[in-house]
Amino acid sequence: MAINLDAKSPAGDLKDKWSKHKFESKLVNPANKRKFTVIVVGTGLAGGSAAATLAELGYNVLSFCIQDSPRRAHSIAAQGGINAAKNYPNDGDSVKRLFYDTIKGGDYRAREANVYRLAEVSNNIIDQMVSQGVPFAREYGGYLDNRSFGGSQVSRTFYARGQTGQQLLLGAYSGMMKMVSKGKIKMYNRREMMDLVTINGKARGIIVRNLITGELEKYAADAVLLCTGGYGNVYFLSTNAMTSNASAAWRCHKRGAAFANPCFTQIHPTCIPVHGDYQSKLTLMSESLRNDGRVWVPKKENDPRKPADIPEEERDYYLERVYPSFGNLAPRDVSSRQAKYRYDEGKGVGPTKQAVYLDFADAIKRLGQDTISGRYGNLFEMYERITGDNPYKTPMMIYPAVHYTMGGLWVDYNLQSTVPGLHVLGEANFSDHGANRLGASALMQGLADGYFVAPNTVSHYLASTTLEKVTTDDPAFKDAEQAVMLQTSKLLGVKGKRTVDDFHKALGHIMWEKVGMARNEAGLKSAIEGIRKLREEFWQDVNVPGDAGHFNLELHKATRVADFLELGELMALDALERKESCGGHFREEYQTADGEAKRDDENFAHVAVWEYTGSNSSPIRHKEELKFEYLQLATRSYK
Amino acid sequence: MSSDNTFSLNLKIWRQKGANAEGKLVDYHVDHVSPDMSFLEMIDVLNEQLVRKGEDPIAFDHDCREGICGMCSMMIDGKAHGGYKNTTTCQVHMRLYKNGDTIVVEPFRASAFPIVKDLAVDRSAIDKVMIKGGYISANTGNAQDGNSILIPKPIADEAMDAAACIGCGACVASCPNGSGMLFMGAKISQLALLPQGQPEAPQRALNMVHEHDTLGFGNCTNHAECEATCPKGISIEHIARMNREYIKAAFTYHEKTRSE
Ligand SMILES: Cc1cc2nc3c(=O)[nH]c(=O)nc-3n(C[C@H](O)[C@H](O)[C@H](O)COP(=O)(O)OP(=O)(O)OC[C@H]3O[C@@H](n4cnc5c(N)ncnc54)[C@H](O)[C@@H]3O)c2cc1C
Ligand code: SF4
Ligand code: FES
Repeated sequence: MAINLDAKSPAGDLKDKWSKHKFESKLVNPANKRKFTVIVVGTGLAGGSAAATLAELGYNVLSFCIQDSPRRAHSIAAQGGINAAKNYPNDGDSVKRLFYDTIKGGDYRAREANVYRLAEVSNNIIDQMVSQGVPFAREYGGYLDNRSFGGSQVSRTFYARGQTGQQLLLGAYSGMMKMVSKGKIKMYNRREMMDLVTINGKARGIIVRNLITGELEKYAADAVLLCTGGYGNVYFLSTNAMTSNASAAWRCHKRGAAFANPCFTQIHPTCIPVHGDYQSKLTLMSESLRNDGRVWVPKKENDPRKPADIPEEERDYYLERVYPSFGNLAPRDVSSRQAKYRYDEGKGVGPTKQAVYLDFADAIKRLGQDTISGRYGNLFEMYERITGDNPYKTPMMIYPAVHYTMGGLWVDYNLQSTVPGLHVLGEANFSDHGANRLGASALMQGLADGYFVAPNTVSHYLASTTLEKVTTDDPAFKDAEQAVMLQTSKLLGVKGKRTVDDFHKALGHIMWEKVGMARNEAGLKSAIEGIRKLREEFWQDVNVPGDAGHFNLELHKATRVADFLELGELMALDALERKESCGGHFREEYQTADGEAKRDDENFAHVAVWEYTGSNSSPIRHKEELKFEYLQLATRSYK
Repeated sequence: MSSDNTFSLNLKIWRQKGANAEGKLVDYHVDHVSPDMSFLEMIDVLNEQLVRKGEDPIAFDHDCREGICGMCSMMIDGKAHGGYKNTTTCQVHMRLYKNGDTIVVEPFRASAFPIVKDLAVDRSAIDKVMIKGGYISANTGNAQDGNSILIPKPIADEAMDAAACIGCGACVASCPNGSGMLFMGAKISQLALLPQGQPEAPQRALNMVHEHDTLGFGNCTNHAECEATCPKGISIEHIARMNREYIKAAFTYHEKTRSE
């Protein structure tokens, strides 16, 4: 099957592309909008904002989520903030600078046109959220307050205490509730998408499992929007919510949606370290803490002393030392790697040694405890609740953890995948962050996609496509449903000895060790072999108790892990084929003398786009070449 | 990492196959509980044991495990989220318990929250209240510049205090009347504090309160149990502000505009 990787980036000057594109897009006349039905899977920032906006425009929206309410999507957990190019602090910010920082932060592996549009609409997002009553932090004069995040030298991050994601999501959710009250959104909670239904090559519906009754349900529509988040849980331990999964995207991949840059994973430098093998997830400590916290390790290896007993001159504030101009606000990939180097050198701290200090003593001395608690009070409380240590008194211990996936389903400028009618928004797509995402840019992207991009491009799709009438009686629905039923009974029929979590942990271990912060050819090859073997064992020895006819949480987990076991292999393969280091993808064979990532622009300035070819044949790697017309490819330096 | 400071616990957990089935407390025993585990990780360990024995694991709701999504619930020893200050069930850690303790775990109980299975309950009534007005009708594209609406910091802070509600329903479960006034009051209060919320303030208060009463939530008789168990420290002052909004609206608001 030939896949079409035309990015459809509009011609013309960068600044005018989006307005020109909107002008050239076809419109659906107001009276006709109510004749169209759009499925939106996911109610995070991307899905919530898209569902609300499409419904406001007049489309009939069917909205789905796994949780018992759309308000609980994983976006709720975002702490630190959301970027916009408002330049309120008058510190030299602009759309162009946000564009530049994002392309550079992504190590020149993102598409210029998309990123520029993202920077352009960032300001509308803040306005929109304020108008919905999001209580952003304010200064005494009543104006919106900003703070700094990694990878940028301006203060462009808007925040609501340490709960920015929560407040933005509740804003998007409130917009949805408004449209539910008007009958334009139908909400389907506790549903999990099990498959995509395509008819005549176009996305026309989905099969979902009603998680309470276990029944499969079919829904037909004129377009499908996939807003199902990232796949970081492939690693078992990550900062993602427990039900975050790859399944929806993976099932679409198997139905023809190409998968882009699967190996681009973000490992976040500031998370609470792992402390036991019973552990179910990792907790992020927001990057905003690096505004005031200083990262250090003892200069001596295996130093047994308490942090307070280590004098100033025996501490290595390594981020300040290695990156004098960005210091503690060096970007995530770089900071994580530096923490790993310290661990490798034997300078890690704490009981497992897989930790470094994040110290607020100086900031407390300089600004007073009240100011610090005003800025980070709830994060400090959370830290203490989890670890039992008080960060006002002793430095936090942190270590990198899997956090975000830059890879995802391939989309063009219209956010459409290689399956016509299937649009992919938010973390589920690959579009804007290249090989590394900057802090506070995921919330921005999710809302940009949902509020401002997709409503235009989906309208264009509906207006310009011949869509024959389709109902769930179409045989394609029956076929897809049968396939899901078959997989379910296979899972339930194994009746083996190992639990689903057993397999998930084993997969996570392979992924973390071999497809984690540092990768190499031998490791990746053994990862692929290891995952294949584990997958075989899974289908022979997994134990999923109960049946499909009730609220069966083990079955829900098992279907997700089955997909992770396939995606994990593709991630390793993608990492093996990308013979360069860039952003979060660090191949040990390709590094500079001082341990920085060494890109190969000649051979790898492209998006790797994978086509699924069946369970018994290898996937095909395609390329979308990245052309840099406005920015010069440059070595990324934060020194 | 199995260290020697692990301990054993007895649990009495509510098991109920479905909404209409009979339920009962069942005894379990868990070993190797580490003080660093979260309460839910301790239940995970128990569930792994049950699955290995081919038994049905205990169903419970959870997702973020960071105290922010509001998905986890559970009455722990008779208290919603265990009754620790500003803490959700997923953030309760086992260092708060000791060897040999017996812990009773039950679902949130309220007439507005029917049981789904074991410890999981149906809280869709919370969304239903929000649908009646827990929003500002600002369509995408209408907004003016964010800084054209100045909001004094103390007001913004108070609105944020109210907006911190995670919609977990612990307030309802801990109220002797099963009232939802705290989570509803928090939303009405947040939007009433902000200038953007003014245009719809009267119908918001009237419609949400009306829906609350229809859905089987009880009335508020000032027990303040809700405030004591709320994991986000939502103050009952927000109920007072909601009452003022409601009374103001009831006196000044006309049916004609209401049915609009
Ligand atoms: C702890 C943490 C802190 C973060 N902090 C920040 C920050 O400060 N700033 C920032 O910019 N970014 C931050 N991020 C990243 C950011 O939160 C996410 O990338 C973003 O919220 C993703 O939004 P989304 O809408 O794409 O998906 P999500 O919010 O993940 O939503 C996914 C939705 O899809 C649904 N879903 C998933 N699979 C299925 C299925 N199979 N069937 C049906 N429904 C399904 C879910 O129910 C959910 O509703 C943070 C991430 C984490 C983990
Ligand atoms: S008011 Fe408190 S207890 Fe009630 S739903 Fe909100 S956060 Fe939960
Ligand atoms: S699981 Fe999200 S608040 Fe407890």
